[in-house]
Amino acid sequence: MTSFRLPNRGRVDHARPISFTFDGKAYTGLAGDTLASALLANGVHLMGRSFKYHRPRGVVSAGSDEPNALMGTRRGPGRFEPNTRATVQELREGLEATSQNRWPSLAFDIGAINDRFGSLFSAGFYYKTFMWPRAFWDRVYEPVIRQAAGLGVSPTEPDADRYASRFAHTDVLVVGAGPAGLAAALAAGRSGAEVMLVDEASEPGGSLLSEPGVLIDGKGAWDWLAAALAELDRLPNVTVMPRTTAIGYYHQNLIGLAQRLTDHLAEPPEGAPRERLWRVRAREVVLAQGALEKPLVFDGNDRPGVMLAGAAQTYLSRYGVKVGDRPVVVTSHDSAWHAAFDLAEASAKPAAIVDIRPAVDAALSERAGSLGIETLLGWSPTGTSGRLRVKSLRINQLRDGRVGTARTIACDAVLMCGGWTPGLHLFSHTKGSLAWDDELKAFLPGRKSEAVHIAGAGRGLWGIASALADGAAAGARAARETGRDVQEPAHAVTADRTGTGVTAKDLPTDRNPASAKAFVDYQNDVTAKDIRLAVREGMRSIEHVKRYTTNGMATDQGKMSNVNGLMIAADALGKAPPQVGLTTFRPPYSPTTFGTFAGYHQGATFDVTRRTPIDPWAEANGAVFEPVALWRRAWYFPKLGEDMHAAVARECRATRASVGVFDASTLGKIEVVGPDAVTFMERMYTNPWAKLGVGRCRYGLLLGEDGFIRDDGVIGRLAETRFHVTTTTGGAARVLNMMEDYLQTDWPDLKVWLTSTTEQWAVVALQGPNARKLLEPFVEGLDISDAAFPHMSVAECTVAGFPARLFRISFTGELGFEVNVPARHGLALWERLWEEGRKYDICPYGTETMHVLRAEKGYIIVGQDTDGTVTPDDAGLSWAIGKKKPDFVGKRSLARPDMVAKGRKQLVGLLTDDPKAVLQEGAQIVADPNQPKPMTALGHVTSSYWSEALSRSIAMAVVADGRERDGQIVHIPMPDRTLSARVTKSTVFYDPENTRLSA
Amino acid sequence: MLLIHCPYCEQDLPELEFAYAGEAHIARPEDPSRLSDEEWRDYLFIRSNARGHHFERWRHINGCARFFNAVRETVSDRFLLTYKAGEPRPDISSLTGGTE
Ligand SMILES: [Zn+2]
Repeated sequence: MTSFRLPNRGRVDHARPISFTFDGKAYTGLAGDTLASALLANGVHLMGRSFKYHRPRGVVSAGSDEPNALMGTRRGPGRFEPNTRATVQELREGLEATSQNRWPSLAFDIGAINDRFGSLFSAGFYYKTFMWPRAFWDRVYEPVIRQAAGLGVSPTEPDADRYASRFAHTDVLVVGAGPAGLAAALAAGRSGAEVMLVDEASEPGGSLLSEPGVLIDGKGAWDWLAAALAELDRLPNVTVMPRTTAIGYYHQNLIGLAQRLTDHLAEPPEGAPRERLWRVRAREVVLAQGALEKPLVFDGNDRPGVMLAGAAQTYLSRYGVKVGDRPVVVTSHDSAWHAAFDLAEASAKPAAIVDIRPAVDAALSERAGSLGIETLLGWSPTGTSGRLRVKSLRINQLRDGRVGTARTIACDAVLMCGGWTPGLHLFSHTKGSLAWDDELKAFLPGRKSEAVHIAGAGRGLWGIASALADGAAAGARAARETGRDVQEPAHAVTADRTGTGVTAKDLPTDRNPASAKAFVDYQNDVTAKDIRLAVREGMRSIEHVKRYTTNGMATDQGKMSNVNGLMIAADALGKAPPQVGLTTFRPPYSPTTFGTFAGYHQGATFDVTRRTPIDPWAEANGAVFEPVALWRRAWYFPKLGEDMHAAVARECRATRASVGVFDASTLGKIEVVGPDAVTFMERMYTNPWAKLGVGRCRYGLLLGEDGFIRDDGVIGRLAETRFHVTTTTGGAARVLNMMEDYLQTDWPDLKVWLTSTTEQWAVVALQGPNARKLLEPFVEGLDISDAAFPHMSVAECTVAGFPARLFRISFTGELGFEVNVPARHGLALWERLWEEGRKYDICPYGTETMHVLRAEKGYIIVGQDTDGTVTPDDAGLSWAIGKKKPDFVGKRSLARPDMVAKGRKQLVGLLTDDPKAVLQEGAQIVADPNQPKPMTALGHVTSSYWSEALSRSIAMAVVADGRERDGQIVHIPMPDRTLSARVTKSTVFYDPENTRLSA
Repeated sequence: MLLIHCPYCEQDLPELEFAYAGEAHIARPEDPSRLSDEEWRDYLFIRSNARGHHFERWRHINGCARFFNAVRETVSDRFLLTYKAGEPRPDISSLTGGTE
């Protein structure tokens, strides 16, 4: 194979070959290559297929704006990435790359038939082609879309890599390490300001890397670059970060950076993170992002071998690669002329320089003449030929706005330049306004909304000298804003290549424009014709044109296509470009892996896991856990060979027969203390508290101001001025927040202090007829007989030698106690009770048994049996409302018309006609099982279990006018059958007389 | 991520430390039972949803835990002022100085 590598050129290491594969074929590149430059060095231009038409595509750019050369890259299991931009991916030993959007092969692709039926895929095709006939949708359109949709293939294995994240603060953040950014960093850095200089490329330098001929401060560009980087490296207050993309610019100068750490390494260090997300808060930001080169829009401008002239110059200067032996240049800007001169001097003399402008600077023409390059001024490209690689360029002379005769130039590459557009993405993230510059025919940064300075080509300045001067000024200004005393450095530049150009719309042609494939957006296959069609079909806003044609909606976010699309749309609309405007740029600047955003939040560190003090015992004793809010709770304790059903049935039996022990430590606990504590409780909860005696407990119900149930829990009065409030496990933080809200803002006059004590107390619940017998010997300082310590009592005492708050309460319907001890003693208390409990066949039970036992008693669980639309009356809890209280949170809402209207869903019991059938929680309930669909749902099942005590299934449900339906049969349609059940207005299924509570 | 000035801590701190808490200066009525259904509905649900200067509450929940008030420009998402709970509603024109 012919090598297109030039010896002794570029910044690659010619002594260090690197092996890699593309579509299974082995190639060799050099250290310092990108995947794209290495393929080009091997003469490979065909790097992918387009998304919609599957047209053969080659690399267009040399940077992160690349729309075509997207590949899958792999590095072992779990390390596959689709849509890697070959122009960004650095070559590493053993890199495996595969092309995308093709089948069976890149050179022969079945999907390319779409290209022949292009009319089906014109603007708005999503909305038109697949509309009719209806029957086609399931059988034809959807399968076709699914097969064809998406760029690349999603990885199927979990990501094996780690990702990191970090926060940073700095005085000055400089984005872009080209000449403007480097000058800014030098100016700010020398003043002593903290500076971060970031660049998305593998090495800093920007355009200097492609312009080695420029002389700065008497040095060659690359020598100056090395000296500048060495100086920045010596400054302790400056950090230079290559491979770091500023992906988003957020409020108050917060910049998101995605730093690539290992993708360029052949053998990454074990455990090293692949990427790191930085959140940098900068006092001042300097945006030195440079400008993006635009393609020219003409028929066949997407053939492999057609690329940006500036990219060809970069491949030549930076990588020592000529993109062809006989390129032809087509341009509307001076910059491509310089690219042509560089190529001519590197044995790749362009066949011609074609410029759509009728005249250019005489110096350019003279230089071309001296190099023996034919120049064609006032000619326009109108077509290309070649299937998998461009073979010729067709051009026509333009005269007085008319397209003249055609001529064909044989070539193996077409290097185009449609001018340059400032990189506005990050500035646009800040909602800074853009201003149209009619001379440059470009949008420039306008009104700023952040402490930001834009420097160099990013605000339309052209050439190395002006970039350096502007960057130095911006860096100095930024440092001054942070209070530094700054000398603004001046840089002397010779051999600079300044230039001008014009901005064109789709270029004129002598052929039928309707059959032209003149691409604007390569990645989404949008042509000039599509944009004009969108306007003809009534799209007026550029945002509508964008969505209708999908122009600029691909992963490159229109870096190349935005302004060309705007120029064409403006022409079609007959408006000036600024009246049409640009679409909104949004973060991230370039595609960013999900891993980078996830950072450390994966696997065990995905979220916090709260564990109780008794958790180690549960784990050692074989508990199966379930997550409840952030807690992990013991769900059930299976014995050998038991499934969940068998374990739960056994735990239920054992608890009702003798004694069960349960870890209730996760209950939310709030200490409400102060002279006005009782007043506060009266206002917050529905229940009356004033007359609750010290040492007594009460079930408390908390509403929102809208009258709906928010939380509940048993509340004990420990002293006149002290309440021990318990909340649901998941509701603790919400309830405390709500209490604080009222206390701080509505009732700041109340002398009350609130303290979260959830994790201060470990709570061991003993439930069952033998609970007292087991507990009694451990208790000191308290008589816990039924007479002295009846149901709903609370007292401080000592249990097993530990200071305790002892509650006599029950969430099972059995005689029950809940022992609160300081968390550090929780495990010891549990183990003591466990040892002693063996006498009574004590059984540890988990949350599932807890749920069954409470459902047998009809006790609700807020959030399961209620859903935020349930009033106390709906839930059958009217008894918990202090009727004589003048006010409490939510009281007024309970009198609103809708809250007392008929038809509300009320909590009732359901007993299935088939006692063995356990209803599905969430199942819908209907009155008439034969009603045609859509059926009228009366409500749904909220809780449903097998009751071991009753040897049948039980359920609770919310049903419209449920209590009036007492005894009626309702139906629960399921996918395989329809179940029937009898409504019971009481939800208490077991021991309705509560005889067991006071056993 | 916004930087928010906590008027109690007297520091500019990242939004991660704060929780939004709805519109400000909506006092709970002294005696809700005297309100008509419509008045109570307005208290519960009707909010200004301003495009422009919005008086709102925040809580420094992962800090001093205090609720406080703020004036935020909802278009630019920029805070004009934060102030302690219970302080009177500030005069907008004095904050903007008549310029935007
Ligand atoms: Zn604070």
